[in-house]
Amino acid sequence: MPLSDKDRIFTNLYGAQPWNLAAARARGDWDGTAAIVQRGRDAIVEEMKNSGLRGRGGAGFPTGMKWSFMPKATDGRPCYLVVNADESEPGTCKDRDIIRHDPHKLIEGCLIAGSAMGASAGYIYIRGEYANEAKVLQAAIDEAYDAGLLGKNAAGSGYDFELYLHRGAGAYICGEETALIESLEGKKGMPRLKPPFPAAVGLYGCPSTVNNVETIAVVPTILRRGAAWFASFGRPKNSGTKIFCIQGHVNKPCNVEAEMSIPLRELIERYAGGVRGGWDNLMCVIPGGSSTPLLPKHICDDVLMDFDALREHKSGLGTAGVIVMDKSTDIIKAIQRLSAFYKHESCGQCTPCREGMGWVNRMMLRMVEGRAEVDEIDLLEQVTRQIEGHTICALADGGVWPVQGLIRHYRPLMEERIAQYKARSTTRMAAE
Amino acid sequence: MAKVTVDGVEVEVPNGASVLQACEAAGKEIPRFCYHERLSVAGNCRMCLVEVEKAPKPVASCAYPVMDGMKVFTDTPVVRNARRGVMEFLLINHPLDCPICDQGGECDLQDQAMAYGRDISRFSETKRAVKDKNIGPLVKTVMTRCIQCTRCIRFATEVAGVPDLGATGRGETMEVGTYVEKALGSELSGNLIDICPVGALTSRPYAFTARPWELTKTDSIDVLDATGVPIRIDTRGAEVLRIIPRQDDDVNEEWMGDRGRFSFDGLKRRRLDRPWIRRDGKLVPATWPEAMAEIAKRFTGRVGAVVGDTTDAEAIFALRELMARLPNAQMDCRQDGAAINTTHRAYYTFNSTIAGIEEADRLLIIGSNPRVESPVINARIRKAVLAGLRVAYVGPQIDLTYAAQRVELSTDFLAGAAKPMVILGRGALARPDGAAVLARAWELAAPTAEWNGFNLLHSFGGQVAALDLGFTGGDARAMAAGGVDALWLLGADALDVKPGIFTVYQGHHGDAGAARADVVLPGAAYTEKDGTWVNTEGRVQRAFAAVAPPGEAREDWKIIRAASAALNVPLPFDSVEALRAAHPLFNTLGLVRSPLPHAPPAGTVSAEPFRLPITNYWQAEPIGRASPTMAECARPAHAVAAE
Repeated sequence: MPLSDKDRIFTNLYGAQPWNLAAARARGDWDGTAAIVQRGRDAIVEEMKNSGLRGRGGAGFPTGMKWSFMPKATDGRPCYLVVNADESEPGTCKDRDIIRHDPHKLIEGCLIAGSAMGASAGYIYIRGEYANEAKVLQAAIDEAYDAGLLGKNAAGSGYDFELYLHRGAGAYICGEETALIESLEGKKGMPRLKPPFPAAVGLYGCPSTVNNVETIAVVPTILRRGAAWFASFGRPKNSGTKIFCIQGHVNKPCNVEAEMSIPLRELIERYAGGVRGGWDNLMCVIPGGSSTPLLPKHICDDVLMDFDALREHKSGLGTAGVIVMDKSTDIIKAIQRLSAFYKHESCGQCTPCREGMGWVNRMMLRMVEGRAEVDEIDLLEQVTRQIEGHTICALADGGVWPVQGLIRHYRPLMEERIAQYKARSTTRMAAE
Repeated sequence: MAKVTVDGVEVEVPNGASVLQACEAAGKEIPRFCYHERLSVAGNCRMCLVEVEKAPKPVASCAYPVMDGMKVFTDTPVVRNARRGVMEFLLINHPLDCPICDQGGECDLQDQAMAYGRDISRFSETKRAVKDKNIGPLVKTVMTRCIQCTRCIRFATEVAGVPDLGATGRGETMEVGTYVEKALGSELSGNLIDICPVGALTSRPYAFTARPWELTKTDSIDVLDATGVPIRIDTRGAEVLRIIPRQDDDVNEEWMGDRGRFSFDGLKRRRLDRPWIRRDGKLVPATWPEAMAEIAKRFTGRVGAVVGDTTDAEAIFALRELMARLPNAQMDCRQDGAAINTTHRAYYTFNSTIAGIEEADRLLIIGSNPRVESPVINARIRKAVLAGLRVAYVGPQIDLTYAAQRVELSTDFLAGAAKPMVILGRGALARPDGAAVLARAWELAAPTAEWNGFNLLHSFGGQVAALDLGFTGGDARAMAAGGVDALWLLGADALDVKPGIFTVYQGHHGDAGAARADVVLPGAAYTEKDGTWVNTEGRVQRAFAAVAPPGEAREDWKIIRAASAALNVPLPFDSVEALRAAHPLFNTLGLVRSPLPHAPPAGTVSAEPFRLPITNYWQAEPIGRASPTMAECARPAHAVAAE
């Protein structure tokens, strides 16, 4: 059964109505916010834990638990909420639509989440390329300040909360939470060593929590409608609704809010108008943004779209950026393009990522042509294993997983390409 | 304390220690490139990965804090594979030009590659090349060799306090450099060569001169400033090729100033390698017997002796003994006229000690720029500043590399300090009211038996020994102005000797003193003799001869011994051992603390502004003035703004 409109959180995802405060209020935002804040941080965190919400930024860490790591008593340092709006994962554009069309959901979420972790201020770090979105969000923040929804005694809740917007300068790595904090502090965006984790030493050395835009934006609705309502969608531990970004070789690319654990095939066929040329024309799908390994058609036939089901198939839900590729795709070239992206976006701090990403990309470039030896596929696989898990942050992991997925599922294709190249060059040599 | 088990060996380490430190405590060697004990932790080379029980993936041991009960494994297949992987990645874009690399033979990357490298490269793509950077006359760069460990960036920013270096670009294209081409503005830049784990930063003067295994290594002391940095002199044959610091946590940690490190090429130039005698107004070459005969004939009447700034204690003692045997003899070691009170040793030593700087909470610097007088002490002050020390200075505007307030000479700044500290430069004493300045500084430091915060920062390595040996009593400037008939200058180049005074110059360089002399006796430089020096703290240090003096030059005490025979007052020692046995200074090596005396007599400090003793860091003494490298550094484009 598809998600009914009454159960949708993002009721203005397509921008049919204005984004402004009046329209947002008409959609139910900022309704009873004071009462929610006044429930107290323990009650809010408990409710969030019960809702089963897992972080929407990619890693899927339980949100309520993350908030509970924030210190209960202050040692004199303020606490901060940091919202990660540096949405740069290829294939993902959900946060952009939230900010564009429903910014007040995010702003209200910031106030509630901030109060639930004792934060005196929130910082929204928005991707530099989102210029128009930043304008809209800033206007919405100004509107909220003017209406008394932020600042001293925010929304009449008795809680003081400031909210700031900061624009990034266009680096994928600044979406990594500690690199984001570094960048926010005005330094070069390079991930920090953990421990200490941001909840102990974060922004400006103070306890901080970094959450994704979508995670924060769903908070007010969850607290208004109750944890049980939210938990009723999806399979256990994968509960809730989720915005999926469906693109690629589908008839009607779109962002859509759907129930978690929806079958991938239903997601594509119901909301995106099906695969170009029919389901049988499907080659593979990257289910969760560019970092997640691709799934070939036979897995796509019945896989469910949630954290655990995709993990079983050695992929992941990630940001739920569903990239659909039909049989016209040169899949080796497609994955090579992704490895070029990760090479370009590596911050250069850790040796395996800095040196390894270039190596992987150069080998992938040859794989695209077939200008390689068959045992170099094994070398490529080994190199990705040497990179994975040996770096400070997860960029390197996300950068090699697509290549690992390619080798796992399309090794025969790569070998065939090599054989073709060899055949071509031998004929050429014979002709000469 | 936390109990940690490393490969089955249980060790106890302080809470907050890193896993790497625990591994070292357990005797396990952890390979590393970016990690350096005296720099902040970067954790980016990923070579020090180890396995920790219950951790999902290998952790960087340099950055991971220990926890009680932690179990660490440093030699599992996972660890070995991780390190081999990192090593392979480091090498794929490394030029592997070890045969033409000056770091060859003492390269961390080379050493670790022996343990973790493959015998053959699997990398068949094109290697990256990086444009070299010109960062001045001392440090040569071959940036293609750089492994982006960022040690140099952290050293420049944290220790030297001159944030000239940084990384630009990201990923593969990350490069270390100055962004806008410029020479490094630090007097500690040579240390970059030591901390660079590969051959990206090497010594420009030493480039392509030798291989480390060809060198003879001799322990010595840097006497070109008063810090007493322990050094190792690397020689091949009769030539000094390189000077590098040794480690002493109480003195230099492991740093050293650029002048001591690079000015040794001055040891080959303008050397006095034979005696000279002035005949008809011109210096003409002579033999030792002729020179001694000339001295026997003319070194008479009211005689005086002045020792210079970098002379060894043995020579000073021998000259003192000689002068004591001559009638009407005067002695002095203060060419600058500094009003040093020699009645008590604590009046002229660095009583807090260099390591003690880290205990002080307020520091007032008077008439001194430690950045040029002792870059190493300045680095120690900077380290203390980062930990909370507050600094103010009296004198001309200077850039000390850390926050320092410029104040008037008053009690305000040090008021209320638990451990106040005063550093007095020699420049503050070399003025008519020097004795009053000394008394005032003593009063400000308010020394007690527990904490003596009064410190005199000398400028050169031989100055304290001369005071300790009592080479005082006369007035150097008065002697040179006509107070004597015959004057013996032992390495003293800063005096303007009046015509008519018979002058013997004994020293190693044809500097100002030799040019004025009537008899020139060629002595040995600090690299050429077994000698004893006393640093500004009063630390007695021994150095060994690395090479022989050039030509007919001799060790200085032997020259004085020979002269004593010529003057018919033979000294009672024929060996350096016998000489050393004659004075207690030579008996105890190491720090000799000065007992706390009563305050020196007070006076009135005039309103005259303070002057700094050294304005040209690079060319402050004869060796530096003879050195082409120092001349290059002193060119206006590179010179450090001392004033």
